[in-house]
Amino acid sequence: MREGGLVQIALFAALVAALGLLPPLPFLFGVPLTAQSLGVMLTGVLLGPRRAFLALALFLFAVALGAPLLSGGRGGLGVFAGPTAGFALGFAPAAAATGYLMQALHRLPVFAAALLASLGGGVLVLYACGIPGLHWTTGMEWAAASQAVLVFVPGDLLKAVLTAFVVQGLARARPGTGKGKANC
Amino acid sequence: MLTLYLPGPSWLHRCPAGLKLLVLAGLGTALPWLDRPLPLGIVLGLVLAAYASLGLRGLAQLRFLRPLLPLFALLFAFQGWAAGLPAALVLLERMAALLLLAHLITLTTPLEAMLEALRPVLAPLRWFGLRPERLAFALALLLRFVPVLLGMGQQLRQAWRARGGGRQQWRLAVPLTLRTLALGERVEEALAARGGIAGPAERAPPRPAPRQQREEARP
Repeated sequence: MREGGLVQIALFAALVAALGLLPPLPFLFGVPLTAQSLGVMLTGVLLGPRRAFLALALFLFAVALGAPLLSGGRGGLGVFAGPTAGFALGFAPAAAATGYLMQALHRLPVFAAALLASLGGGVLVLYACGIPGLHWTTGMEWAAASQAVLVFVPGDLLKAVLTAFVVQGLARARPGTGKGKANC
Repeated sequence: MLTLYLPGPSWLHRCPAGLKLLVLAGLGTALPWLDRPLPLGIVLGLVLAAYASLGLRGLAQLRFLRPLLPLFALLFAFQGWAAGLPAALVLLERMAALLLLAHLITLTTPLEAMLEALRPVLAPLRWFGLRPERLAFALALLLRFVPVLLGMGQQLRQAWRARGGGRQQWRLAVPLTLRTLALGERVEEALAARGGIAGPAERAPPRPAPRQQREEARP
């Protein structure tokens, strides 16, 4: 059981990394759209808050140790000194919040629950970490920092919808998925 | 393979990992207090000199900044317009110095040495029930799983193309996640069959378990 948890944590950390290494799609006005935060949302929905947090913490630990796993093959300690440090560090609380919301919303249909959980955790919490990060690393004003990240919002909304579709597909293939339980 | 480490014999490679991390932490604390372009420029110059001391290979590594250049330009323009040219220069120098130093440490320290240097920092996590061996094992699993999952994704994409494909490639996320869950179950069973992860008391000499583990992970 404990080993199972550890394997799942490592596996989903790897899934977040693998999705981030897929080539990004150019989306609206050339803002690159990577699948990495899709992985964060999926991990939260499928693993529940505790394991999702640990999975993303492990992922960030590997990145800090020098594995180039962040989208675009970035990695190393430099990531945590750069302007996107807040977004990277926000992955762990964002996944945990997604998992928590998914469990709290288990009465709703899977699609709706996964969509709301991804929006709350993967978008709201992630930006709540990313904007202060941008403010502190660059000294930009709060308003300017918030405006600067707005270009990524449409992509992230789209990813929350995609997460919901994926989780719905999973629930069809493996009934019981998406209850926010660890052993889905 | 899955690391940015650049093997070599330089003085930076011989420097202990813990010392390098301490220098980075010290500089990270000190730099925000420096707010004049000249001293910051000297710090930046020293960091660049350290890159140069690695030779051409080291200087070539500066290309990792390239994706950040548009952002730097934007920040410089914005800060220059809002707070004047010296302030913009300070911002840029401070960010570049820290980023470059952190990247330099990543380049010259192997992953294992970094993990070893962090061991004392991670020791307090023991109180929360996290043993360093388990962390190291999870890390090894993660680094092994990434290429496995990428391979699975590649297979799925080829199968998708062979059947005619289409534009909605994101749909492949469903079978990819399903296979990921199935792989997890197989690895768990294999691990349980081998008696789980060795603890400190029962740790065998140079661990055969993880290698067999990787055999299992191959799809």
